[in-house]
Amino acid sequence: MKFLNYFRGETFARGIHPPQHKETATMPIRRLPFASQLIVHLSQQVGRPAKPLVRVGQEVLRGQPIAAADGFVSVPHHAPVSGVVEAIRLHPTANGPWSEAIIIRAHPGSTQEVLWQQPQYLPALDADELIEAVQDTGIVGLGGGVFPTHAKLKVPKEWPVDTLVVNGCECEPYLTSDHRIMVEKPADIIAGIGIVRQLLGGPRAIIGIEDNKMDAVEAIRACLPDDGTISVEAVPTKYPQGAGEMLIKTLVGREVPPDSRSYQIGAYVQNVVTLAQMGALMPRGLGFIERVITVVGTAVEKPGNYLVPIGTPLRFLLDCVGARDEFLEVVFGGPMMGQAVASLDTPITKGVSGILVFRGREVAERTMRKTYPCIKCGECVESCPMGLNPSALGMLAAKRQYELMSERYFLGTCFECGSCSYVCPANIPLVQQFRVAKRILREKAA
Amino acid sequence: MESLSNLAVSGAFMAGLGVVLALMLAFANKKLYVFEDPRIGEVEELLPKSNCGACGQAGCRDFAEKVVHGDIIPAQCTVNTQQQRQGIADLLGVAAGTVEKKVARLACGGGQHVAFLRARYEGLKTCRAAAVVSGGGKECAWGCLGLADCATVCTFDAIAMDRHGLPQVDSEKCTACNDCVEVCPKGLFSLEPVSHRLWVACKNQADGDTAEASCEVACTACGKCVADAPLKLMQLANNLAVVNYDCNDRATRAPIERCPTGAIVWFDTPDRPAKGAAAKRILRNDPLPLRH
Repeated sequence: MKFLNYFRGETFARGIHPPQHKETATMPIRRLPFASQLIVHLSQQVGRPAKPLVRVGQEVLRGQPIAAADGFVSVPHHAPVSGVVEAIRLHPTANGPWSEAIIIRAHPGSTQEVLWQQPQYLPALDADELIEAVQDTGIVGLGGGVFPTHAKLKVPKEWPVDTLVVNGCECEPYLTSDHRIMVEKPADIIAGIGIVRQLLGGPRAIIGIEDNKMDAVEAIRACLPDDGTISVEAVPTKYPQGAGEMLIKTLVGREVPPDSRSYQIGAYVQNVVTLAQMGALMPRGLGFIERVITVVGTAVEKPGNYLVPIGTPLRFLLDCVGARDEFLEVVFGGPMMGQAVASLDTPITKGVSGILVFRGREVAERTMRKTYPCIKCGECVESCPMGLNPSALGMLAAKRQYELMSERYFLGTCFECGSCSYVCPANIPLVQQFRVAKRILREKAA
Repeated sequence: MESLSNLAVSGAFMAGLGVVLALMLAFANKKLYVFEDPRIGEVEELLPKSNCGACGQAGCRDFAEKVVHGDIIPAQCTVNTQQQRQGIADLLGVAAGTVEKKVARLACGGGQHVAFLRARYEGLKTCRAAAVVSGGGKECAWGCLGLADCATVCTFDAIAMDRHGLPQVDSEKCTACNDCVEVCPKGLFSLEPVSHRLWVACKNQADGDTAEASCEVACTACGKCVADAPLKLMQLANNLAVVNYDCNDRATRAPIERCPTGAIVWFDTPDRPAKGAAAKRILRNDPLPLRH
């Protein structure tokens, strides 16, 4: 395999090459209008839900904090629109269980102007103040991890970080929102990298972008500072190149051991959009209230990259892009790792990077093929980027041997990229079984 | 000649080794002997050996040890019949005792004919797997998914799915082993003594209108049952009526009579819940259509 790498550049082992479908890559970011009612969930992140700061009936300004962080691993939320707080009640989420949400009725004349800000001079802040400033923006890992960014930035002192890996791979098929931000807002990304470098003690920064996005590589190269601290590298297009562990392997050549964090090997990964948002919001002290989302799929009349206010109901968004069918298959995120959504009342949350909308019957015909028993062909083993044995894991999951899966077969290191399910000729829903197993193990541990 | 003596030496050596090892074994047998009550084995023979854990012990062997020890009473094994329990009691010369029978009960009445679906789930046909995919597609996020994880896991064949996709517990067969309680991803099962006759068959925590829009038999937290119930027997919490079983001796049928949806029921017998007179009649038998 080393021999082949000589021709196509160093990258991680195994992985897959699904069709890319990046049709929206050339479509500039456009704004979506406000829905009449926006729903801001108090829990859009990993960690504790935020605490509401507003009462029912209170007027809020666009950008004003409406919920405060509850503890360190939590983030505040901001009003995405000027309006009146209509209710604070349970509302459906994409995950399933309903959770508390602040429901804001938008003023009819609400403008895009952000009326609430607190400008600050970032280079004057020390590390703790800077981390607090990150928390105040309410930014979470926008690549889909939704872990509070400020908490991730608190790297223990005993682990010096020498490389900041900026993840601009966007290896999921269909999604192009990261791509458009890299093309349109390279200055924000450089500013965000500056903030993180200030926090981590000035490591070198490498921006990794898959080589199917050369226009993004060039756009960022044109903005790089002259001191050589930040570099851009085109990495081979292969799924899941955008997983933190894989990108570290490709760019830095180090491997993250199981049960360890990447900073323990001196690397720190941050998603490019998270950095762009930090660069754009933090100097002005703004809250994170809207994000770019790729809306695409066979059922969408007007696909594209839209700037959507957080809390926009899915139903309104689908009306705007003209997605109409008797049955829709709606997925938050990409086709490989995304999550099917059951209710059109679900609002957009901070972690949604793309929305795929297909005609339900089409999907049902294609995906609901019969499942056959495992013939141990080894395709899944050949595809697993973490070097696991999905075949054995799947058979254990069918027998409910969950402890064995985690102790002997390292279920915990699986990050559910979906490569094994994608290649399985027997159509076994491997990743779904792993998700169930992980959830049961989590419940038992709790 | 020499070969013969070699043979004798090796034979003698092996015999000597055998004697030494036999002595060591005999010594160990005496020295390390642990007395085990022979009754433990006899009691174990009388137990069902299903190792279901309903008694709260680690298995039938553990149960037998504890019964012989006198830590627990024979009646604690809920799988045995009264006759078998008496057999154990006679063997040990103790009273069999009585333990109130518990049954698994489902806190949901939302079958396909009364509870709306938001989306159709397609994938691994287990409740666990469906619950991971956006909650499983039922409009009520708390309700039974009807994919029969409980019926599959039940060792005693006590749970069967009815035609509306709701599990029905056969109280005769149910041993209260807790398996269905653990397997349900929505946490709808609980083990209830049969004397708990008043039962709220709903866990929907949404406000009344939202709850009733998602399921016709949802508890809307209207409060009529609380008003009609004897003092402190019932209360409202999280948009749900809650029975306070500490006051169960005061329980009557009164709270169910005015319930508009029939979410609160009265178990005349452990298998037959009765709805109040004011509960809306459900005449529909077919599943409700998908509602986006």
